[in-house]
Formats: sequence, C-alpha cells, structure tokens
Amino acid sequence: MEYILIIIGAVFVNNILLSQFLGICPFIGVSNKVDTAMGMAGAVTFVMVIATIVTYILQQYVLEPLGIGFMQTVSYILVIASLVQLVEIILKKVSPSLYQALGIFLPLITTNCAILGVALLTFQKEFNLLEGVVYAFANAIGFGLALVTFSGIREQLELADIPKGMKGVPIAFIIAGILAMAFMGFANIV
Amino acid sequence: MSQWKNITKGFVRENPVFVLFLGLCPTLGTTGSAINGIGMGLATTFVLVMSNGAISLFARFIPDKVRIPSYIVIIASFVTIVDLLMKAYANTPGPNGEPSLYDNLGLFIPLIVVNCIVLGRAEAFASKNSVFASLIDGLAIGLGFTFALFLLGSVREILGSGSIFNQKFIEGDGMLVFVLAPGAFLALGYLIAIMHIVKKRYTNS
Amino acid sequence: MAKKESTFTNMVLTLFLVALGASAAMGFVYELTRDGIAKAEAAKLDLAIKRVVPEFTNEPGKEFFKLTDTDGENLVFYIAKSDQDTIGYAIETYSKNAFGGMLRLLVGLRPDGTIHGVAVLEHKETPGLGTKMTEEPFQSQFPGKKYPPEVTVSVTKDRGDIDAITASTITSRAYCEAVDKAIKAFYSLNSDKGGAK
Repeated sequence: MEYILIIIGAVFVNNILLSQFLGICPFIGVSNKVDTAMGMAGAVTFVMVIATIVTYILQQYVLEPLGIGFMQTVSYILVIASLVQLVEIILKKVSPSLYQALGIFLPLITTNCAILGVALLTFQKEFNLLEGVVYAFANAIGFGLALVTFSGIREQLELADIPKGMKGVPIAFIIAGILAMAFMGFANIV
Repeated sequence: MSQWKNITKGFVRENPVFVLFLGLCPTLGTTGSAINGIGMGLATTFVLVMSNGAISLFARFIPDKVRIPSYIVIIASFVTIVDLLMKAYANTPGPNGEPSLYDNLGLFIPLIVVNCIVLGRAEAFASKNSVFASLIDGLAIGLGFTFALFLLGSVREILGSGSIFNQKFIEGDGMLVFVLAPGAFLALGYLIAIMHIVKKRYTNS
Repeated sequence: MAKKESTFTNMVLTLFLVALGASAAMGFVYELTRDGIAKAEAAKLDLAIKRVVPEFTNEPGKEFFKLTDTDGENLVFYIAKSDQDTIGYAIETYSKNAFGGMLRLLVGLRPDGTIHGVAVLEHKETPGLGTKMTEEPFQSQFPGKKYPPEVTVSVTKDRGDIDAITASTITSRAYCEAVDKAIKAFYSLNSDKGGAK
C-alpha cells in the first residue's frame, strides 16, 4: 500500500515536471516530436533509477560513516556524471540498438536537474533503498507521462494559427501551464 | 566601453532566461515571491562569479579530456559553500514564523550545480578569457538571471498574492493560480512573448 | 604556457589536485559556518517556542525529552521554566493526514493543560487555502482553551468546537488531530507520573 501511495503521489500529485519544476530544460527542449520525447523519457528512467541506487549506497556507506554530509552535492553530481558516461559506454557495447534509441540523449542527462533532484529528495524523505527505487521509477514515469503528453500537443500545434509573438517557446509555456492545471485535479487522490 | 557592453549583455541581449531559455528549473520553482526570486538569483550569481574566476585562472593547467569533470567539481564546491553560508546566515524565520529564505529555496540551492547557465559560461567564456573578463561575465550573466527571476517573482506575487516584497496592497487574496505551479508556466510564457515583441520593435526601428 | 597534454598522468594529477583543492575549500567553509548553522537552527526552534508558551527564563531548546507514540513517531516536549517553576510545555507534534502530507506543529500547553499557543513548524499545504491555518481567525481559536482528557479536539463538522477553514477541511482536521495528539500525550504523561491533574 505504501508503495502504491508513493507511485501515485510521484506520478500524478507531485508530478516532477508540472509541480516540482525539475527537468524543465529537456521538457521545453526535446518536446517537439513524440518520438524524441519517448527516447528522452526512456533514457531518464534508466539513469534515474540507477543513479538513485548508487547515490543511496554512497550516502549510507561513505558519506554518513565519515561524517562528511556537507560534501553531498559534490559527490552526488560526480557519481551521476560518471554514471552517465559509464552507461553510455556499456550500452554501446552491449546493446547497439538501445544505444541508437537512447544514446543521443545520454550526454544531456548529466545537467538534467531531475536526476540530481530525485537523488537528493530520496535522501531528504528518508526512504529506504526499495522505497527510493520505487520513488525514482515513479518519478521517471511521471516525467515521461508529462513529456510525451506535452510533445503530442506540441505536434498538433504545428498546424494551429498562433499569434506571431507567441510562437515557439511562449506558447509552449502556456500549454505547460494548462497541463499543470489539469494535473492539479489529481491533488485530492492521495 | 567594451566592458560596459559586457555588463549589460546579461539583461536583454543574452538574458539567460528570456532569450537563451537556460536555468528554467529554479526560474519556475523559486519565483513565488519577488524576494525568493532575488535570493535565488544572487546565490546563482555568487556561484557564477566565483566559478568563472576560478576556472579562467586554472583552465590552462587542466588537460582537455578531464575539463568537464574538473569544472563540475569546482562549481559543485562553490555551490556547497553557498549552501553552507545561507544555512548559517539566511536562515532566520519571519516574525510570524514564515519560513526563512533558506527553507523557501530548499532543494534549488544544491541544484545550482546542474544549472546549465553556470557550466555553459565556464565552457563558453571562462575557459578562453582572462580572469578579469570572466569575473565581469559571471557578474553580468548572474545579474541578468537575477533580474529575470525578480521580474517573474514580482509578477507572480502581485497577481497571486496582491502584495510586493510581502507588503500587501489589496485586501484578501489575489489570483491564487499565479502562486501555484500553473501560474509559473503561464507568467513566464507571457513574459517571454512580451520580450519577443519588444525585441522585434527594437530591432525594426 | 602551452595547454597540458591529455596524458594519463596529467589527467589523474589534475583531477586529484582539483578534488584536493575543492575539499580543502569546502572543509574550511564548513568549519567556519558550523557555529552559525547550529545557532540558526537553535534560534529557529527558540523563536517557535517563544510564540507558544508564557515568557520563560531557562533554555527550553536544551531541556527536552521525547515520547514515542503508537505509530513509532516521536513527540518532543520542550520544558519552559521561570526560575525553577515549570510554566509550560512546548510539544512538537504532527499529523500525516494533511492535504500536502506531513504537518508539524508546536503546541504550547500550560501546566494545567490549557493551550497557550500553537505554531506551525512545517507544512506543505496549498498557498492561499490551507496556509490560512497560520492566520487569524483560525489560529485564535486555540489559545486559552482547555480540553479534558476524554474530549477530542475536532472541527465542528466532526462535532468539535473548532471552525474549519473554508475550503480547507482536510487541513483543519489534520491541524486538530495534531493538537489533540499533543494534549493526549500531555495527559498520559501526567497520569504516568501519578499526577493530580
């Protein structure tokens, strides 16, 4: 039951993009086409779950025993940056087809604040490892859901007649706002 | 004269938020009020100036292949320093128990490290220019970022709470949606649209 | 001076030196700010305690004990004293059923169980709706009231005497639940001691 609450909370109620504002850069940047949005969502899911596991272990077995919690930010971001590199290298060797699909998004992920954000939130919410993994996975799903929905709308927008000044990024933000309003409707369910 | 141009570029021409669309997460996440926006902007400015300075100083000693990890470590250290300083000195709650600036900004302070603006300036400017020019560049871009956050924070506070800098000027509530998540997107969308139009007028005349 | 070659030794050496410099800088600032951070945290708690109990002369932030409830969570009792007399308790309490999840309150009780004041420590309620719990007239419903052990603090909808905040019943209920928890804990403590209250 606890896990279901974590999942619903992270996917719908506190959606990482639309209510926590983490990972907005790719949200605006790679949401022109549904295909690329799917690829990005896949890559984020992959890295987010692994990063949460690795940073959790780092926190429990290195930072806390040594009493250097203040080095959290530095060590987390280093771990995430090297992890992304590692995933890229391994994926290239092991599964070229998956690399084809996700590869181009991987370098972009290091500076995606959703990854570091979720790792830090897992620590702040005092989750255990399993809860942390569920939380990371649910957030990744929430990220994908919002991103793919958003890109679907933006594809349709190509055909619409939009005032000149609003074209491109401004109208994207307006749509994101309306989408965020729709997601606020989920607020009561947990 | 050239330095002056260097300083003003951050506000309009190369404004990181309105023109380059960088650093959007803290832009949306911390602008529920004007004061929070300014606080976030200044914290980022500090990191930008210091990391730009440090990186331009050491860039020539750093081999190309480990450039990015080195920059990230340098930036993350300054972020940690800001975090510690704010935790100590910007952590006083208001008289009625309103959360302190540090509590309001919360997660977004450590997240300065993944703000694309900071690494972007390190890579595009600081690694190739003199220490002095890099410091000025950091200050200019940082203040431009602060200006954008202040503008967005003010708009959202005025419309959403009917107050500015916590000073109420209308009775009761404002349009609450602007303080909530959707309002952040809406307000930023309209501000960018206005910027577009202003820029177009400006270049035409 | 020419750019360093990307040889293995150079790379390892550079990363090592960068990490060393960075750690030294962070460690230095950490030591520098340690007192400041501790002071800021203590001041925060102190300010909240001041708002909920009568004026005290001791340091309640340092005189406290913990009570574990049935859910395994801790309620913290901060003791306020004037000279040697106990003049009140500031009880850190919580409810997990608020609109945004966790709600933490500090409930100030006088030695006879009368509420002196309530302050919100931490919340995730909706701005403009649930956050009205920190404002009048909701806040002023609590000070001066005394609830006997058998009475549950609750909103009028649940046959209590607290008027809920319009459109924020869930927040109001959680608030009452947290206050009730503190009062119940206070009474259980007194009866454990064989107290006369």
